[in-house]
Amino acid sequence: MTAAPATTTPGPFRTAGRALRSTVGGTLPVLVVLAVIVGIWYAAVAPMNIRLALDQAERSGATVVPETPIARQEVSVWRLMAQNPDLVPQSYAQDRPRLPTPGQVAGELWATTGEMALEGRAMSRRSLIFHAWVTLRSTFWGFLLGTTLGIAGAIAIVYSRVVNLSLMPWAIISQTIPIVALAPMIIVLSAQVGIEGRGVPKAIISAYLCYFPVLVGMVKGLRSPGTAQLDLLKTYSASSLQSFWKLRLPSSVPYLFASLKIGIAAALVGTIVGELPTGAIRGLGARILIGDQFGTPLAIWAALFAAAILAGVLVTLLDVAQRATLKRMGMGR
Amino acid sequence: MTATPVIEAKNLDLTFQTADAPVHALRDVSLSIGKGEFVSFIGPSGCGKTTFLRCIAGLEEPTGGTLTVNGMSPDAARRARAYGYVFQAAGLYPWRTIGKNVALPLEIMGYSKQEQKERVDRTLDLVDLGGFASKFPWQLSGGMQQRASIARALAFDANILLMDEPFGALDEIVRDRLNEELLSLWARTGKTVGFVTHSIPEAVYLSTRIVVMSPRPGRITDVIESPLPAERPLDIRDSREFIEVAHRVRDGLRAGMEEDA
Repeated sequence: MTAAPATTTPGPFRTAGRALRSTVGGTLPVLVVLAVIVGIWYAAVAPMNIRLALDQAERSGATVVPETPIARQEVSVWRLMAQNPDLVPQSYAQDRPRLPTPGQVAGELWATTGEMALEGRAMSRRSLIFHAWVTLRSTFWGFLLGTTLGIAGAIAIVYSRVVNLSLMPWAIISQTIPIVALAPMIIVLSAQVGIEGRGVPKAIISAYLCYFPVLVGMVKGLRSPGTAQLDLLKTYSASSLQSFWKLRLPSSVPYLFASLKIGIAAALVGTIVGELPTGAIRGLGARILIGDQFGTPLAIWAALFAAAILAGVLVTLLDVAQRATLKRMGMGR
Repeated sequence: MTATPVIEAKNLDLTFQTADAPVHALRDVSLSIGKGEFVSFIGPSGCGKTTFLRCIAGLEEPTGGTLTVNGMSPDAARRARAYGYVFQAAGLYPWRTIGKNVALPLEIMGYSKQEQKERVDRTLDLVDLGGFASKFPWQLSGGMQQRASIARALAFDANILLMDEPFGALDEIVRDRLNEELLSLWARTGKTVGFVTHSIPEAVYLSTRIVVMSPRPGRITDVIESPLPAERPLDIRDSREFIEVAHRVRDGLRAGMEEDA
């Protein structure tokens, strides 16, 4: 009875300290990686933009070594930077840079999202929020369609030998066809059968990329129960419907969520690809294409980052749903 | 005890066709198990002890001979819920609480919610897991998980309990305690038990009859009636009778191995 309780029960300070450590422990490496990426990016901006900067400086009358653009073509970017040290900062202030700085991209992103939203023009044609919303809508329908097809296909494959032998090879072949080649065909064909607008074909392209990871993951998940578990149900004379609902489906839930996270990212990529080659004027894919055609790299980069942020948000939402579901099922620990 | 056999095998054969050669898992196995007996099957791996148990459960199809359970074919007996089966791994569903795990067979067999609850409570009490119905499997030790899986096998009142090395993965201290509990459970419920093991002391301690088996082909080499009393404290294992029976089992196992070599 002489043991000091203080050594066995953690005090509030120790608990707080542990929480702080685990937060810092989780965030710090991420921040370090982020800092390294941003650092490399900043360093790369100078060599990427130096020719543009020197051309501009020459036109405004500054002394540039070598003097003509043609002569400069013969010289490496590293030498140009060494010979014109005063003009290197110009690389970081181009309107249409080869490679914009992180700051420029962030500025463009803010100007086309937050700033417009503050002005009440979030749904204007120039706003990325509007274009992201267009992309998100198609992604959602494509994800829903692809997930449904993937799960249905997996159930058919697990329960039917014939389907397993006939469907699986086609599913694999379907993913070897470049989606960029397939996307225009899907749009042309759906226009032929009288489908107006781009929403449906985009969702189909999106579903085409999305169903496969769900199919593969769910086949694995539905087959994850071992022989002993299946034998146990057999000793109860359980029907195959009962073994599906009580054993196979719950066993597949962790696999399902892993697949859904890959699937939603694939669905987003599919939608953007569906917006690219088709003359669409709405959506993040269309913004990327238009930015390319009009030579506004900042618009491309801003749209790319908007797409990446969107993907991050979607995957995070699924991650939260996964944690909540597994916890509810008692498998969260 | 031999009045009406609950399980009766006559000249049972089971041959698995494999790619290189047929495997004789069971050859000419004849055995009759009476109501309320506790029969252990012991032998080295490949002797067909588990296969025989699976035949009784209708999980394997014998290729020759006859086998009846409660006077029916094993398949019919299974549909009539003649037996509960306990596997080596507890195999509890991680997404179900202990109570829900025990209720699994009851759900499948269509018991009412009210009856499910009563039976879950009763069988969990029977295996000493009264307060654990709402816990998840990972919150329980290995021994407790196996007790829950025994409760699951008992939940629907089958009169036969088939156990395939149920305590094989547990440490000796836990195993001793579970052996003791199993005996008292058996005394209280009067079930007929078929018990596969590779532990000689376990077989001798638990059984009214010990069936010694040998591999290649899988067959019965000796059947030993236990002279031990029904009341068996753990220290009965130091008694002379116990050691003599254990000796005979060991001799039977050795004879089977030498014949094979």
